[in-house]
Amino acid sequence: MLKEAVIPLPPRHRLMTRLWHWSNALCLLVLLMSGLTIFNAHPRLYWGEYGANNDHAWMAIGSTDRSGYLRLGDLRVETTGVLGNWQDSEGRTRTWAFPGWATIPSSYSLADGRRWHFFFAWIFSIGLALFMIRSLWNRHIQKDLHMRREEWQTSHIWRSLRDHTSLAVIRRSAKEDYNVIQKLSYIGVIFILLPLMIATGLTMSPAMDSNWPFLTDLFGGRQSARSMHFLSAFLLVLFFLVHMVMVLLSGPVRQVASMITGGQGKETGR
Amino acid sequence: MTILTRRKLITSAAIGAGGLLTGCDALNRSPAFQDMLASAETANFTVQRALGDRMQLASEYGMADLSPVFRANGTRDPGTARYAASAAQGFSDWQLRLTGLFEKPQQFSLAALQSLPQRTQITRHDCVEGWSAIGQWTGVPLKILLDIARLQDSARFLVFHCADRLGGRSYYESIDLLDGFHPQTILAHRLNGEALPVANGAPLRLRVERQLGYKQAKYVTGIEAVASLAGIGEGKGGYWQDVANYEWYAGI
Repeated sequence: MLKEAVIPLPPRHRLMTRLWHWSNALCLLVLLMSGLTIFNAHPRLYWGEYGANNDHAWMAIGSTDRSGYLRLGDLRVETTGVLGNWQDSEGRTRTWAFPGWATIPSSYSLADGRRWHFFFAWIFSIGLALFMIRSLWNRHIQKDLHMRREEWQTSHIWRSLRDHTSLAVIRRSAKEDYNVIQKLSYIGVIFILLPLMIATGLTMSPAMDSNWPFLTDLFGGRQSARSMHFLSAFLLVLFFLVHMVMVLLSGPVRQVASMITGGQGKETGR
Repeated sequence: MTILTRRKLITSAAIGAGGLLTGCDALNRSPAFQDMLASAETANFTVQRALGDRMQLASEYGMADLSPVFRANGTRDPGTARYAASAAQGFSDWQLRLTGLFEKPQQFSLAALQSLPQRTQITRHDCVEGWSAIGQWTGVPLKILLDIARLQDSARFLVFHCADRLGGRSYYESIDLLDGFHPQTILAHRLNGEALPVANGAPLRLRVERQLGYKQAKYVTGIEAVASLAGIGEGKGGYWQDVANYEWYAGI
């Protein structure tokens, strides 16, 4: 009698993906918070090659004696208590743009913020490069993020978006192949936003500007690159928030566990 | 059960975030951790120097690209009686001294410097704080002065001594010989076609174009060639490095 061969299922998340996920979680958090420290040194953003206090900033966080504000173009929003004028943990009024709870270190030090930022930028960049190479090599990208022809149809994307309003569908989809919204989000983050963060970051370096001047040209100037660096970071925060909501709705314990242990893959072939 | 777990998860995430901040501040105070973070700066320096031609030029711009106002930062006026007296006579008594490890130490008046070959360049000034300004600089290439005074073999760094004081200390900066001989490294005495304004470092400031603004020493009175930065100031190679832990290499 023939015994049925037991073929172990592949994990839902491969080791490389899991390692990269958690190293990214740490790196991006530190990069965001140390980045806000660096932003606090000059909380104004410009378009073009140059930009300083006398030039027009499209975005600025400012403070007066008693209040803080955020200015976007001509729109001015009072942000007292959060941005530009806030109390630290000892009740002292501070007028840095982003508050201490959002920055590394929690008190203003541009030199320290830069050290944290550049150290974790190296780990993050090496991690992204290794993940991309490994995932193309083992066909993770081609198998799991490949957009099938019918998935490009607006009706398909629309249906998938609507599915995300149904808790039952969200829970079920956690065990299935990635849907089109997930694929587009992951492709957008891995192949557009994260590389954009690195490229715009490098563009701000004066030595890189002499080594690779095409980067400065690509982004339309150093201050444009700085603005894009900030905007991409903001988009990554949005991605993180949606990601958190989806994990919480789809069964957080199992989801987190499977990103640690690997979890169980699907039984049907792909 | 699920709800409890979820609540627990959110609570622990909040505690985690709080703990993370305290933890980061504690790590930030640890010398060993700071050394680890600073190791990335060594990587930045090594990789940035290796990536391009060692004499690769910084981008240069046209007259149409100039910042309408070139922002002045740091010291805007040294404020000493001596400086004021010199400024009153158009810096005609200003002397630039080349001391230390030179074969032939020199002293140049402003007029003597202006009679040497000059270079004019329109470049972008990038402050460590994040802002940028484009200006047109005219001055004498440092290489010309180094060729006249001739470095001794043991010289490794050039220290720029300045007339301004910040927080009771003299401002100074330093660069290595690679930047010292770079064609865009000049001692500028003109900005946008006019004599260098006091706020921007009159009568003489360093331009070392592949590095950040704090390297561009203003009110330069002397260049000292040294074998090591250890004996200068607190030994870190510059005013901001000594007082606030900024990196000596400011290419990023």
